[in-house]
Amino acid sequence: MDNTIDISLANQQTAANDAVLLEVKDLSASFDVYGSTSHVLDGISFTVEKGQRVGLVGESGCGKTTTLKAILNVLAKNGRVDHGAVLFEGRDVFQMDSNELAEMRRHGAGMIFQDPSSALNPVFSVETQFLTALKYAYGVGTPKQELRDIAIEALNNVMLPDPERILKSFPFQLSGGMKQRVCIAITIAAGRQLLLADEPGTSLDVTIQDQILRLINKLVEEKDLSVIMVSHSLGVIRESTSHVNIMYAGTVVESGLTTDVFQNPRHPYTVALMACLPKLTGAGIAKGIPGRVPDYSKPPKGCRFAPRCPYAKEICHNEKPARTEISPGHWVSCYFANEVI
Amino acid sequence: MVNNAKRYWLKFSESKISVLGLAIVIAFIVLAFIGKYVVPYPEHIGSFVDFNNASLAPSSAHIFGTDVMGRDIFSRIIGSFRNTLLMGVIVLIISAPVGFMIGVIAGYNKGKLIDTILMRVTDIFLAIPPLVLAMAIASILEPNLTNSMLAVTVMWWPWYARLSYGIASSLRTENYVIYAELTGARLPHIIFKEILPNCLSAVLTKMTLDMGYVIIMGATLSYAGLGEQAPAPALGSMISQGVKYMPDQWWFTIFPALTIIVIVLGFNLMGDGISNMLGTEES
Amino acid sequence: MMAEKILEIKNLKKYFPLRNGLVVKAVDGVDLELHRGETLGLVGESGSGKSTIAYVLVGMYEASDGDMIFKGNNIAKTGLHRTMKQKGEIQIVFQDPGSSLNAKRTIAKSLMVPMQIHDRKSRQDMVAEGRRLLEAVGLPAEFADKYPRTLGGGERQLVSVARALATNPELVILDEPTSALDVSVQAKVISKLIELQKERNLAYLFITHDLSLMRNVADRVAILYLGRLCEQAPAAEFFQDPLHPYTKMLLSSIPVATAEEEALKPAKIVSEGEIPSPVNVPPGCAFHLRCKDKLPVCSVERPVMKEVKPGHWVCCHLFNDTPAVAHEAPAADPDAAAGQAAAE
Repeated sequence: MDNTIDISLANQQTAANDAVLLEVKDLSASFDVYGSTSHVLDGISFTVEKGQRVGLVGESGCGKTTTLKAILNVLAKNGRVDHGAVLFEGRDVFQMDSNELAEMRRHGAGMIFQDPSSALNPVFSVETQFLTALKYAYGVGTPKQELRDIAIEALNNVMLPDPERILKSFPFQLSGGMKQRVCIAITIAAGRQLLLADEPGTSLDVTIQDQILRLINKLVEEKDLSVIMVSHSLGVIRESTSHVNIMYAGTVVESGLTTDVFQNPRHPYTVALMACLPKLTGAGIAKGIPGRVPDYSKPPKGCRFAPRCPYAKEICHNEKPARTEISPGHWVSCYFANEVI
Repeated sequence: MVNNAKRYWLKFSESKISVLGLAIVIAFIVLAFIGKYVVPYPEHIGSFVDFNNASLAPSSAHIFGTDVMGRDIFSRIIGSFRNTLLMGVIVLIISAPVGFMIGVIAGYNKGKLIDTILMRVTDIFLAIPPLVLAMAIASILEPNLTNSMLAVTVMWWPWYARLSYGIASSLRTENYVIYAELTGARLPHIIFKEILPNCLSAVLTKMTLDMGYVIIMGATLSYAGLGEQAPAPALGSMISQGVKYMPDQWWFTIFPALTIIVIVLGFNLMGDGISNMLGTEES
Repeated sequence: MMAEKILEIKNLKKYFPLRNGLVVKAVDGVDLELHRGETLGLVGESGSGKSTIAYVLVGMYEASDGDMIFKGNNIAKTGLHRTMKQKGEIQIVFQDPGSSLNAKRTIAKSLMVPMQIHDRKSRQDMVAEGRRLLEAVGLPAEFADKYPRTLGGGERQLVSVARALATNPELVILDEPTSALDVSVQAKVISKLIELQKERNLAYLFITHDLSLMRNVADRVAILYLGRLCEQAPAAEFFQDPLHPYTKMLLSSIPVATAEEEALKPAKIVSEGEIPSPVNVPPGCAFHLRCKDKLPVCSVERPVMKEVKPGHWVCCHLFNDTPAVAHEAPAADPDAAAGQAAAE
């Protein structure tokens, strides 16, 4: 495995240290499954600054949700970190003790899930769930009225009309869009700075998804929040992030400003992916990418995309390519990025 | 095939305690077949009298002691396994498929008249206290092993009907079932080719767990004098006959009781393992 | 030269009465046509009724009212009592790859299901036919002996397609066939579907909420809202010149990945509020409560479908004053020509 870290990257980080909220450093994680080990994440690195919206794009099984779980240090029991660190405000979440970790999860980072119906407990009212979450964030002794006020303010912030009625309601009485807003409200009410949004609009209708994404953008601006937006939809990423990381099979293959990466994709996977996207121009879609996602219990030795890559040469199969900056702020993990059309 | 077997074993043996259960069950079954060839006193299993050696406490010659007729209790306990196993197997082989079919037909037609009729009949059977039902049947008919098996079968099928009802009514909304209907499949195809294979794991798991409970029910019936009659050995009747000698000749009742406990435990533990093994095959 | 019309749907209605006396008006008066070799796209959000139309077509439901004429026979109210031949001619591929195939049976067995029901072939013939079908959809024949759980989502969907082709259908309903799949897998499945359509001259009823996908797949697009048709047009026309306010709202909300596509979208119409439920359809035009351009008449009277450009139909009061497209009446029928002239 190639451990060379670009000097320019390190310099960039030291300069912007104050602004960096989250730094994922060369993270590798694996899971034990019935007698074999699944090496899912392999050297993931990216940063999120204050007030920044960063996207994680990839297809299913690429490790995006695992990465989010690693950030909150909630990997499943059979998972472990093999290498690397996740630094939240400078401290490694895997080295934190239980108090620090609880603090980080209450006030630091929170997750918004894909399916709001399963994120909310159907047998409790919104008020019960909301206040319980706030109770742990603000301290068990906080008077109920104070917590209620915070909840109402949060519900107003997410543009829900009639917060009192929402509090009294049960989840089944709310529509999908409203439930998602409630989940967002709960996450921001505790003053969290980093939102981890795992495909927040996927289970909703297009027009409602649009509302939710615009809401998240608004909150980011108003409260200087940071967001990691996970999605398999490039369109959603383009509209809701300023920076993007393209993931394939547990590795980040390309990253940079969203506009740069989408306008000028340089990694063969990104190029192939964009060719497969149906476009509004009606230009037709490619026939897909040959091959399958690698078996994580026997991952390719070199670049994980090499077995499916039309540009792959011998070195690709043997040695993992390092991240190189091919233009300011635009990073690719590929030996032949310059030859990609 | 071989790969599958290995996978199943890995999942089953994940829980060491299930493997223990499996060992107990295997021992029980083996002894049910070859018991009378390996016990120290095979002739004690039937009618046998030796008042000189009656009511002896456990010793190296008779590890569980002897009963009032002088018969070796250990040999009789092992000797009872055959009928015990037979009871469990026969009851389940009949009640499970019958109950299953009733439940599947009702569940697949959920909401229609046939569902109401079948499930209300099932409810009636479930509402009668099981022991009362079994005893009523067993006492109307002549008390013997066959009739007690009949009695237990009659009260056992509703549980399978309930189980398959639940599964069938949720499976009928699966796309592959709907597809079969839309393409013109008839009811037998849907029941046997689409729904049944998806119920097997639940039914098999239940059958394994049930073995223990059928055995207890059989022992209860023989405790009440309704199972096999003397001089055939039966765990339940051994307990009931020994009760009046407690606590002096404690070995009359304690050993048969412990045997029941161990056997039932064995099936239960194995049942958990089976449910892990079959339940996680969709991954 | 228009291909043969294989399906004509006229004023289709499907209502579901609830126990509390309310009625779910899932489909409320829809007219559609489909020709051989053509792909008609149905687009809409939840409650639009697009899937209900598909289920009436495939026989799962019986229509409450209206006609559905397939190759000359009205199958609207037949449900599952239609002929075996009809069941074989209209096939369906479902959205969810997880529940479309029986997990406990091999792929070969799943492919044999339609064959056993329709054509009593010998077992050997069915196995051979199964392998041929797998090859036709681009899957290796060895997959026949595998179980669905060892296949990926896209592969399972291709098996569903193969299964649908087993009866040599003429019309295939594709109900969100790739919505649960990744982009690259979707591309593979869609390109295969297009190939098969050309080879076998299949008519597709393609249902999806993904407008970008629709643009590349459909020949004509129809958009539904709360069980009613809003607009219907050839694909290019639909996307370049959308007329109905709902169409414009939907098109302006879709997330796209390139600036090029962004430029094609209509000006952003911010959608406020929730989609009402089909139990509670607003009076007049179903969409008026969310419409920025509504007129007083919209809350009172339901608009009718009108052909305002050739092949481009819209159902909206904003076009009441726009003249309908005049059609050449057949020369042999002077009364019809006179009648039409009088109506303009």
